Amino acid sequence: MNNEHSNEWAVEARGLEKTFGGNRAVDGVDLNVRAGSIYGVLGPNGAGKTTTIRMLATLLRPDAGEARIFGHDVAKESHIVRQLIGVTGQYASVDESLSATENLIIFSRLLGLGRSEARRKAAELLEEFGLTEAAKRPLKHFSGGMRRRLDLAASLIAQPPLIFLDEPTTGLDPRTRSQMWDTIRRLVVTGSTVLLTTQYLDEADQLADRIAVIDRGRVVAEGTVDELKASVGTSALHLRVNHARDIADAQEIVEQVLDVRSSITAEAGKITAPMADADQVTDLLIALRTRGIQLAEISVQKPTLDEVFLTITGHGATENVSQASEQPGRMEEARV
Amino acid sequence: MKSTPLGREIDRPLKNHSSFGQALRNSLTMAYRGLLKIRRTPEQLFDVTLQPILFTLMFTYIFGGAISGNVQNYLPIIIPGILVQTVIATSIVTGVQLREDMDKGVFDRFKSLPIARIAPLAGALLADTVRYTIATVLTFVMGYFMGYQPGGGLGFVVIAAMLVIACSWAVSWIFAFFGVIARTAASVQGISMIILFPLTFLSNAFVPVDTMPNWLQWFVTINPISHLVSAVRELANTGTIGSEFIISLVSAAVIVAVFAPLTVRAYMRRT
Repeated sequence: MNNEHSNEWAVEARGLEKTFGGNRAVDGVDLNVRAGSIYGVLGPNGAGKTTTIRMLATLLRPDAGEARIFGHDVAKESHIVRQLIGVTGQYASVDESLSATENLIIFSRLLGLGRSEARRKAAELLEEFGLTEAAKRPLKHFSGGMRRRLDLAASLIAQPPLIFLDEPTTGLDPRTRSQMWDTIRRLVVTGSTVLLTTQYLDEADQLADRIAVIDRGRVVAEGTVDELKASVGTSALHLRVNHARDIADAQEIVEQVLDVRSSITAEAGKITAPMADADQVTDLLIALRTRGIQLAEISVQKPTLDEVFLTITGHGATENVSQASEQPGRMEEARV
Repeated sequence: MKSTPLGREIDRPLKNHSSFGQALRNSLTMAYRGLLKIRRTPEQLFDVTLQPILFTLMFTYIFGGAISGNVQNYLPIIIPGILVQTVIATSIVTGVQLREDMDKGVFDRFKSLPIARIAPLAGALLADTVRYTIATVLTFVMGYFMGYQPGGGLGFVVIAAMLVIACSWAVSWIFAFFGVIARTAASVQGISMIILFPLTFLSNAFVPVDTMPNWLQWFVTINPISHLVSAVRELANTGTIGSEFIISLVSAAVIVAVFAPLTVRAYMRRT
């Protein structure tokens, strides 16, 4: 046992690979997750996020590479690793035909809790996750959010020091999503390490201390949230003028006020520019009115995952592989 | 605010292998899960309830006159035969349900828990002995209503019942193996039927062996199902524990020794 490791790194993965048939789902992933942090793995559908998590959680054997959880090898010491982790999958891994209480009691019993202890633990977790009222109902009648919460509750029975969350909020409504975020934040306050995957930059932004952007089975960028965002600008301005003759003037003003280079998409007559600070839009609007330029449309948006991907990989965050024909134009637009 | 459940402590000792005691406890917990599932969906007990009633009635009245002259004389032959056939057939469901169960998300959690690998399988198989018990009791009760008077007395009937249940549990490992390696529940059902039909019908369960052609007699006499049927007849009708009883138990042990490791290995490889 490497105890000096176990204090610092919750996850150390080197060159993980997994191929399904002819599809290289994970193609040499390296990850280092510091104990006590929230680490986000960001990427589109099919990028290899779930496969990576399944390998780290001993559910899938890597074809190549190695991974350690708190210093324990996932392949050679899988039984130990399972005592250190909790896994909440993309699809709730709970028993549909049983009630919430029965689910938690069975998982508690499997983890070695006594009969009364298991009962108490189940009640405690149901209360913690606001499921007490639904405790006796079969899961068939549970909403998606309730199922996810129960799933997460089941992962916390043994109080594992490392928790894997595979797309914890995909498919949840905004209110349930923010509840889930609160729960995840609390986990870290109590000392757990969380490794979560997500398709949403927003979610990684809200939760993660560090982010790895994963694409086609490879880590294409890694860093803190700020570092990642700095590479794409914090927000993006989209502006369209009413009269086509004003467009040159408008672009000049935008570049003056924001102190950046902008670009114009010809067909729509739209000006796009990165913004360091969304507040600058106030100055910009005043300047535009002073010059008497009428606007058709203006919006300030956070960079989307798609824009992050364009910037980092040079292709969009879609599952389609070949978009070569439209890449150059779009890249210019996002990079400016 | 309650924060106790979210706390983090690893002061428990870490071991890389589960002990035998843990495997047993885990399996019992998984069996408890199986029982809860049966209680939640009692309609899955239709087959074990109706099949013994239906088959016992049908076979006895169809074949009774032809084989033994009358129904009354046929009962001591057919009841042990139908019992073995029905209960063993029930064990197919184990494989089918295992396949359906394994496709659900909850098996991912079982695999990620630090529990004995064999527990989800052993537990499911253990819970299904409830089904075999129901089928066994119903078959004997049906026979009793039709006039079957087992000569061995109640004590030996109970021993015979337990023998059948134990052997069915052993056979269910075969179907569990198909359940683990097959891709769909329907294919498990299909393969299992193809195996089970020849095994149960090419035996002494329904007709006297000496009416069959020689080459068939050869198979019927080595068929373990024939030995089990004979053992049950000896127990229930005459109250004797003979060599057939031993052969049945040894066959069951061999099946478990071969198929339990195969099944567990296949199950672990599927991860």
